[in-house]
Amino acid sequence: MAVRIISEDNRTVAMLSGEIDHHSAKGMRQEIDFALRESQPSELVLDFSEVGFMDSSGIGLVMGRYKLMQEISGKVIVKNPSDHIRKVMRLSGIDRLAAIRNG
Amino acid sequence: MKIINEMKISFLSKSENEGFARSAVCAFAALLDPGIEDIADIRTAVSEAVTNCIVHAYRGTQGKIDITAKILEGREIYIRIKDSGCGIENVEQAMEPLFTTAPAEERSGLGFSVMESFMDKLSVKSTPGKGTTVIMRKKLENQDE
Repeated sequence: MAVRIISEDNRTVAMLSGEIDHHSAKGMRQEIDFALRESQPSELVLDFSEVGFMDSSGIGLVMGRYKLMQEISGKVIVKNPSDHIRKVMRLSGIDRLAAIRNG
Repeated sequence: MKIINEMKISFLSKSENEGFARSAVCAFAALLDPGIEDIADIRTAVSEAVTNCIVHAYRGTQGKIDITAKILEGREIYIRIKDSGCGIENVEQAMEPLFTTAPAEERSGLGFSVMESFMDKLSVKSTPGKGTTVIMRKKLENQDE
């Protein structure tokens, strides 16, 4: 499974894995959004530790979840992106919307 | 510009082929023993170009995507990605960062920006109704240095 979701208190953690492209992003998006609607958390953590590749489809994925979390006054944290994924994110300026954390 | 090596692939515009296409081009580029960063840049740029063919050029239909990759003298990789889809009316506008015709599908409008910034050269030629050809070139870092 490309997304494993853990919901606890006010926090939803989506552990993403594999490659994020136009083909895989749709399924990931649906699973995360389902969990968000169910638990309405104040914080969404997108954990990229197990993501080996991401193109700009991943930007759409983060950006879309950012908008969704804004609607419920929540925030998005991007965790452990690889150097290359960070480079793609920087290009979009998404690092100014979502906090990027390592560890 | 001396051609050292060349390969061609042709495949259907199915989204599951996005991963196949970027892996195939990277396997060819790997003959140059590139660094991790160079190969990640090529992988991402090819993924963007192929996704454009699937999402935009052949929207609602299916067609063929042709990729020609060449290794040129001086550790340079040349990649041509060609579709026979709907074409782009206004290439300049399409290349603007964040411009997208598919916001509902969460397309970020950054495909061409990624290609432009991750590769050394990018050229886009398009004829509405006939298709689009994207050519990208990148000189690879020398691993010995």
